[in-house]
Amino acid sequence: MDAKELIARRVALEIRPGTLVNLGIGLPSLVANYVPADAGVYFQAENGIIGLGARPPEGMEHADLTDAGGGYVSAVPGAATIDSAMSFGLIRGGHLDVTVLGGLQVDEAGHLANWKVPGKMVPGMGGAMDLVTGAARVVVAMQHAAKGVSKIVPECTLPLTSARRVDLVITELAVIEPTEDGLLLREHAPGVSVDDIRAATAATLIVADDLAEMRFA
Amino acid sequence: MKSTLRAEAAAALIPDGASLLIGGFMGVGTPERLVDALVARNARDLTVIANDTALPGRGIGKLISAGAVSRVVASHIGLNPETQAKMISGEIDCELVPQGTLIERIRAGGMGLGGILTPTGLGTEVEDGKQTIEVEGRTFLVETPIRADFALIGAWQADYVGNLFYLLTARNFNPVMALAGRTVIAEPDSIVPVGVIAPDAVHTPGALVDHLLVHR
Repeated sequence: MDAKELIARRVALEIRPGTLVNLGIGLPSLVANYVPADAGVYFQAENGIIGLGARPPEGMEHADLTDAGGGYVSAVPGAATIDSAMSFGLIRGGHLDVTVLGGLQVDEAGHLANWKVPGKMVPGMGGAMDLVTGAARVVVAMQHAAKGVSKIVPECTLPLTSARRVDLVITELAVIEPTEDGLLLREHAPGVSVDDIRAATAATLIVADDLAEMRFA
Repeated sequence: MKSTLRAEAAAALIPDGASLLIGGFMGVGTPERLVDALVARNARDLTVIANDTALPGRGIGKLISAGAVSRVVASHIGLNPETQAKMISGEIDCELVPQGTLIERIRAGGMGLGGILTPTGLGTEVEDGKQTIEVEGRTFLVETPIRADFALIGAWQADYVGNLFYLLTARNFNPVMALAGRTVIAEPDSIVPVGVIAPDAVHTPGALVDHLLVHR
């Protein structure tokens, strides 16, 4: 299992049956592969669909049925298409049960930075700020480090996506829950020790009394 | 009955320097023939308000490549490297707005509201220079309404009254933008006889639409 698959399979356990879920592009989109088709989970995309399904077989795509990255998708039975005001009403209004987003940095306050690297990458925030501000639960799915540098830091140096504290951070090494008191290390990956995780993490971690090994969908 | 126009005639209505709301999301639902006609007439100095600038060669991306745009208000430009390059070089002035805030600012403009109160952007650089307001113990950012000279709308079907029906994810920003353009030009894939679009199926009432694009 590579790091991305491991993260996606752990995140999938956070998706409860019967919920409305938004998956970000890139790594988070892999989570859908590990959520059972009969779980009654509906995936929403910002561009205006509830009930996003897999990419159709070649030749069966429709130019007007796409996800937020512009890629072709299908619509599952029971799907609904909506305009952008309704789409963000769902997001900002707290009607979305879970959003899974990628991250550039998460800090000890549980703040996420994921939309801008000043001077290098200024793509715009798209729907990220609304998702983090409004979703009932925010899960960050990201690799623990980028080019050897920890993405879990004492305080974000990159521009924040929201002032809201995210609910859970899942990496290939650990599951971390940001709390009022700081970052609580809840789970470690198989074969990875607490010392390994501490060595790979720039931020201070509090080890949970009931620290467990990560499980996977 | 609405006036019907060819794309070239519609593009001729839009002067250089105009502000345009353009529907679509990564080009899906963007009135492509109107965009092509604006490029063909060598439009200049346009302000484009849209979710994104698509990709080079697609939708709004064609206006960016052609040098027709001097200002962009969008939520995301990351998939169009030309927009990013022109923003960095200063050729295009770019205002980045959270997507949910952008659609609500346009909705406010179109619905006669003085703006919106949103929690999105609080505690981030989006808050810089903006007013905040406390309502029932919660803090909100005050965001101003957006209107534009024109709204360019992509639809699947229209009837000759101007009623519009959108398909699947091509709806996106279109119905809200149709409220906020001083002149609204709709480009349907086809125009059907009045009555074919049932009253309950009308997404955008024809009362909002000024001109319909015909195919040829």
